[in-house]
Amino acid sequence: MYVYDQYDQQIVEDRVKQFRDQTRRYLAGELSGEEFRPLRLQNGLYVQRFAPMLRVAVPYGLMSSAQVRMMAKIARDYDKGYAHISTRQNVQFNWPDLEDVPEILAELATVQMHAIQTSGNCIRNTTTDQFAGVAKDEIIDPRPWCEIIRQWSTFHPEFTHLPRKFKIAVNGAVGDRAAIEVHDIGLEAVQNEDGELGFRVSVGGGLGRTPIVGSFINEFLPWQHLISYLDAILRVYNRYGRRDNKYKARIKILVKALTPQVFAERVHAEWVHLKDGPTTLTEAEVARVAAHFIDPTYKVLDDQDAALAALDAEHPGFARWRQRNTFAHKKPGYVAVTLSLKPTGVAPGDVTDKQFDAIADLAERYSFAEVRNSHNQNIILADVEQAQLFSLWGELREHGFATPNVGLLTDIICCPGGDFCSLANAKSIPIAEAIQRRFDDLDYLFDIGNIDLNISGCMNACGHHHVGHIGILGVDKKGQEFYQVSLGGSSGRDASLAQILGPSFAEAEMANVIDKIIKVYVERRNEEESFLDTFRRVGVDPFKERVYAANH
Amino acid sequence: MQRIIKNGQLVDESWHLLPKDATLDGISNCDDLIVPLALWVDHSTALKARDGGLGVWLEAGEEIEEIADQLDNFQVIALNFPAFTDGRHCSTAYLLRNRYGYKGEVRAIGDVLRDQLFSYLRVGFDAFALREDKDPLDALKAFEEFSEVYQASTDQPLPLFRRRA
Repeated sequence: MYVYDQYDQQIVEDRVKQFRDQTRRYLAGELSGEEFRPLRLQNGLYVQRFAPMLRVAVPYGLMSSAQVRMMAKIARDYDKGYAHISTRQNVQFNWPDLEDVPEILAELATVQMHAIQTSGNCIRNTTTDQFAGVAKDEIIDPRPWCEIIRQWSTFHPEFTHLPRKFKIAVNGAVGDRAAIEVHDIGLEAVQNEDGELGFRVSVGGGLGRTPIVGSFINEFLPWQHLISYLDAILRVYNRYGRRDNKYKARIKILVKALTPQVFAERVHAEWVHLKDGPTTLTEAEVARVAAHFIDPTYKVLDDQDAALAALDAEHPGFARWRQRNTFAHKKPGYVAVTLSLKPTGVAPGDVTDKQFDAIADLAERYSFAEVRNSHNQNIILADVEQAQLFSLWGELREHGFATPNVGLLTDIICCPGGDFCSLANAKSIPIAEAIQRRFDDLDYLFDIGNIDLNISGCMNACGHHHVGHIGILGVDKKGQEFYQVSLGGSSGRDASLAQILGPSFAEAEMANVIDKIIKVYVERRNEEESFLDTFRRVGVDPFKERVYAANH
Repeated sequence: MQRIIKNGQLVDESWHLLPKDATLDGISNCDDLIVPLALWVDHSTALKARDGGLGVWLEAGEEIEEIADQLDNFQVIALNFPAFTDGRHCSTAYLLRNRYGYKGEVRAIGDVLRDQLFSYLRVGFDAFALREDKDPLDALKAFEEFSEVYQASTDQPLPLFRRRA
C-alpha cells in the first residue's frame, strides 16, 4: 500500500496543528459555532445526536495492521470501545469528546492517517473495489489512480467550498464493485485498441434525494490528462452548480439541467485550456505511486480444490462459510476472505477495539499485514493461502467474523440511523436486527441467495437504499418513524434505481414485509434466477399485491 | 480606517468600495474607487475619464468573462464572498491570473475569514479585506499553516509530483 514520504507526512502534520488551533479558537470563543462548523466538517467531525462523530479517512479502504491497531487504540482510549465501518470505506467513531479530537488526529498522523475531507462540501474519500489488485476479473489496478486522485484532491485550493459534497469512485475490473455510476464522478480504467490506458468518465450519478445513474461524458480520457480533466469538471461545477438550495446542489442536478451533452461540452471547453499543462501526469509519477501497489511476495502455489472439497464434506459449516465469504484470487493457491461484520444482534459494520486488534493480528499472520474495508461494511483479508483457510476459519469463528452471510439477505448495508445521527428521520439498526432475526435459518438464506438489502435512516441515503435489490428508507410520518420499501435497485455494472413499492410501514411490520417479498420471489423465480432478475422479469405488481393484500 | 492584508502585510485601506446600487451622481473624481460591475458596464467611458484610481468588484454569481477584455482599466479587481462557504470566486481568481494574465490587485471582500486565506492566496488573491469584526493581525498566521502543497495553482505552477526530491 502507499507509504508517505516526507511531503505527505508534513502535510498531515501541518493539518493536525491547524485543526488544533481551530479547535482552540472555537473553545476560546474566537470562532463562532457557525464559523467552526465548515472547518470541523472538513475534518470529518460532526455534532451528532449525543456526541460528536469523527470520521477517519481510509483512502480507498486500505489499512495496514498498524493502522488497524490504531483504530483499536482510539476506540479504547477516546471512545466507548467500538467503531463503525462506513459505506465510504471509512471508519467512524461515535463518542469522542470534541476537546480530544486534535489529540486523536495527532495519533492518527503517527500511522499516516487523517480525517481530511471526510465530510463537508469538498472532494471526499475516493473509493474503489475492495478486491482491487487481487480480483481475477481486474484489467487495471485502480489503487494507484485512487492515490493520485487523493493527493490532487487533498486541500485543493480552488475546490474547498463546493456547492455540495463530491464523491469519486474508480473501477478497473470487468465487474463493478465500486458502484461508479452512482458517484459524482465515476472512472473506469480501460485500454483502447492500441493497448493504451485511459478512463471512461461518468458524471452526475448519485443517491440522496434525487437518485440518478451517471452519464458517460468521455469514452476514453488518456491517463496523462486525468488531473487536468478532473480540474475542468470541478471548475465547471464550482462555478455553475446551484448554491441556492442544498438539495439541488449536487453536480447531478447541474448535469441534468444542462443535459450531459452540454455539460460535456463545457468541460471540454475548459479542459482545452488546461490540457498538456504542468498537471499532465508523468510516467515517473505514476510509476512512483504504482510501485507501492505491486504484488506482495506470493509463494508459488497450486489451487487446493481437492483438499478444500474434502474439508467441505467433513465440515458443513466450513463449506457454507467458504461458499459465501471467500472470493476467487488471481494467484493460484490464494483466496480473498471477507470477515462478516453482520452477525445478528450487532449494528452492521460495528467493530470493537478487541476485534480490531484481532483483525490486525490475523492480517499479519494470514494476509501480508493489510486489510480492506468494503463499502458493504465488511473487512477483507485479500491474500490468504488456501492451505490456511481452514485454520483461519477457526480463528474467525472465535472472534465473531465467520457468519456465512456475505452477499446474503442478512449482509445488510445500514447507516447509523436515528440511534446516532441527528439527520435521521428514523432508526435503521433495529430494523436490520429484526430482519436478521427473522431470517435466522441459514439453509433458507442460502436458498434465497444473493440479495442486497440496504437501509437508510433518511433520504440522504448513506445506506444506499436506492441501489439495494431491496431498499428501506426511514421516513417521518406525523412524528412517527415509518419505513418505505423499494425494490429492484442495483449498484453493479447494470446499475438501476429501486422502485418504491407503496405506502410506508411501521417498524413492527418490517420483518413481515420483507418475509412476504422474499416469499413472492421464491414462488416466482425460475431455476437459478436471482432476486434481482426475477424482479426485473415479473415487475413490482406481484410484490405489491402480496404485501398490501395482507393489510386488509 | 480599515486595514487590509496586502502581500502578506497590513496596510491602511486607501480604496473606497462603492455599494451595488451606486450611480455616477456625486462620484468623486480623485478618490480611488472600486465600483460595482453594473456601474462599469453602464458608464465605462465616464469612469475611465476620472483622475482617481479605478477598480471593479464582482458578486459571486457575476462572471469574469464579462470584462475579460477590459482588465487593463482596473488596478484592483475585488471579488465578493457572500458567505465564506461560497467558493465560486476561487475559480474566478484562478482564471484572472492564469487565463487572463491579470497582474493588478485581486482582492477578497465580503465574508472573508482567517481560515480561508491560505487557499485564497494559492489561487491568486493578493489582498484581503477581512470581515470587520475579525483581527487581521491574527489572520496573517494563516499564510504559514502549510509548508507544502500537492496541487499546481497560481502560487505554485508545478504540482508536487513534479517537485518531489
